Amino acid sequence: MKKRAAGKSGADAHRVDGNAAAGILSELFVPDLTVARAKCAGCGATRTIGVLHVYAHGMGTVMRCPGCDGVVLRIARTPTQLWLDATGAISISVSAAARS
Amino acid sequence: MTSIASAPKIAWRSAVVVDVVQETPDTRTFVLDVPGWPGHRAGQHVDVRLTAEDGYQAERSYSIASPPEEPRLALTVERLDDGEVSTYLFDDLRQGDKLELRGPIGGFFVWDVATGGPLLLVGGGSGIVPLMAILRHRDRALAAAGAIARHQLPVRLLYSSRRWDNVIYRDELALLAEKDSTLEVTHTLTRDVPDGWTGFRRRIDRAMLEAVAWPPSERPRVYVCGPTPLVEAVASNLVELGHQPALVKTERFGPTGGSV
Repeated sequence: MKKRAAGKSGADAHRVDGNAAAGILSELFVPDLTVARAKCAGCGATRTIGVLHVYAHGMGTVMRCPGCDGVVLRIARTPTQLWLDATGAISISVSAAARS
Repeated sequence: MTSIASAPKIAWRSAVVVDVVQETPDTRTFVLDVPGWPGHRAGQHVDVRLTAEDGYQAERSYSIASPPEEPRLALTVERLDDGEVSTYLFDDLRQGDKLELRGPIGGFFVWDVATGGPLLLVGGGSGIVPLMAILRHRDRALAAAGAIARHQLPVRLLYSSRRWDNVIYRDELALLAEKDSTLEVTHTLTRDVPDGWTGFRRRIDRAMLEAVAWPPSERPRVYVCGPTPLVEAVASNLVELGHQPALVKTERFGPTGGSV
């Protein structure tokens, strides 16, 4: 897939923050995942999920690393299933405070 | 701790519209009674879901405008011409109607008095909504605490609108600033300005941020909300001015069909 030039392409105007994915993430995870941290499989950087770049479409939500633009998490909704593709996240960590 | 087999933590709820307030020509506030609402923090949002008769559903996120101290939930919605949800809410939702929502959502873009200050809020257009929840919460929470507490949590708001008539919460912001010397409100208008306007009249840029923001040495907590291009320009300018990225929280929203 062709890589986006950060801050340049027209599609970037549709980019929102990881905050915007909090609702659909809450269907998959009990703690608030927007304050959890994910390690990007593309560049190895660890960031708060709330700062990932989110592209939400009718069928799903794509969450990209602001550093390397790699896909960290992808969520897709079908009529019967909710799919999480986390191959772009080496690890996800949730603080003890967020789990209480 | 409840069983993991119980209902989702953030459940869909049915809200009732108890009041509709026209804020500007293209924004309205919907005041909602939400039975079972668990409370929220300033800066959080809700997902609103509309279901058509054929079962088609559309969901959008809207920031909460009301402070946690208010029992009723207020959402301020901007009408976007191509927005299938916002046009319905704006054109068809009336007092007494029901609305399906879930929340509160998002623990990242939140502030409460325990978070501390000084506080810098930068908003564009309807990006003011979660910032207003923060200002209202600060006002309510510090009302009983007195002047010393206010001086410990001073706040500056830089707010970009197209025109004076598009300034959401204009009168309330003026009233809040008038009674509170530790709140400074700075407007910038990007299209037309009223006669006699002496304020900023351009998009937010680095010079404006340098003039309005607390110096980085004060370590302000910064919250930026607005259309994606505004948020990205403001956040990168603040970091270049020396503000710590970890203290700059952003909330972008999709295109609004114009510049603010």
